[in-house]
Amino acid sequence: MKRRDFLKLAILTLSGISIKPFAHLFTKPVFADISIQRTNKGLPRWAMVVNLSICGKKGGCTDCIDACNRIHNIPRITNPKHEVKWIWNIPFDRVFREQNFDNMNEGLREKSVLVLCNHCENPPCVSVCPTKATWKREDGIVMMDYHRCIGCRYCIAACPYGARSFNWKDPRPYIKEIDKGFPIRTRGVVEKCNFCEERIAKNLLPACVEACKEGGLIFGDVNKEDSEVRKILSTRLSIRRKPHLGTEPKVYYIL
Amino acid sequence: MYDRGKIITGIIIFLILLFIPFLYNFITGKATYVPEPVIGTSEKECVESRMFMRTDHMKLLDEWKETAVRHGVRNYKAKNGKTYTIDITGTCMECHTDKEKFCDRCHNYAGVEPKCWNCHVYKKVADK
Repeated sequence: MKRRDFLKLAILTLSGISIKPFAHLFTKPVFADISIQRTNKGLPRWAMVVNLSICGKKGGCTDCIDACNRIHNIPRITNPKHEVKWIWNIPFDRVFREQNFDNMNEGLREKSVLVLCNHCENPPCVSVCPTKATWKREDGIVMMDYHRCIGCRYCIAACPYGARSFNWKDPRPYIKEIDKGFPIRTRGVVEKCNFCEERIAKNLLPACVEACKEGGLIFGDVNKEDSEVRKILSTRLSIRRKPHLGTEPKVYYIL
Repeated sequence: MYDRGKIITGIIIFLILLFIPFLYNFITGKATYVPEPVIGTSEKECVESRMFMRTDHMKLLDEWKETAVRHGVRNYKAKNGKTYTIDITGTCMECHTDKEKFCDRCHNYAGVEPKCWNCHVYKKVADK
């Protein structure tokens, strides 16, 4: 290359770089502004509080789980590999691993804790779904469209809470009594808790909350200042599962 | 043309074989067969006009699926001004109770297999 050509190219390159600061004038931002969703005050933001000082007092109570299983036609498969779960119990030390320490209260360590889909503010399952079969509704509920699910199970891998189940086999033979109010699922789709979206639409509380006679589950709209959940969250210390992941669960636990 | 006789008989045999199914249906009267679904209700109109439901019910159901699941809207305002709850089990199958006689008769004839009932329930399944 001649010295003259080199200089020409160098000047062209430099002038090209000098345009860069003004490039944004011609393009649109790629990512949506998350803050818009957060300040959207007109819509409800559903959340649930599990009061662990009440829940589990009555030993072995599964009223909430039974109610959910019944109305959502959830198959009872005993093989843990094929199990379908929407809401279930796990010991405290496995739900809140980061809360464990050597000399902690043994009762608390082994205490059964109710777990379900957290309906995250930033749901990882939604970002990985290739067909948009799962998405976050405007009111924050992470919904499933079983019509669209192709059974790739990316969402199961992405969910840090194990809240999703896959239908490895036809669930029909495993449902004792079919409830006409909710469809069954078919082999090859993923399913999970839907915060009883179909009941909220009828102004009803989620089935688990309604089934809990002790009042251990509280459900409501955190955007409403006078709602019970909002009052509890603003006055008491609550913990969430794996908060360090930034998924921002909307299922809160108070001890 | 060589082997004229053989070729023409061949063609005739081929044509007879080709038209046997049509002839069979014509002779046995199956060509004029029309499926007779049992409507299960005496209502004159359901959601939309009779003709529309006959030809486009699948489009309506598809739209219902979309509005209920994706948009969370569970009411459908029909052209006649009435509002219907979007619910295949609760609204459609409440009147058209017999899925085998209502849905399947035409679908079998037309050779279509909608996947609705893989998940959605109708009375017979729920009562089993």
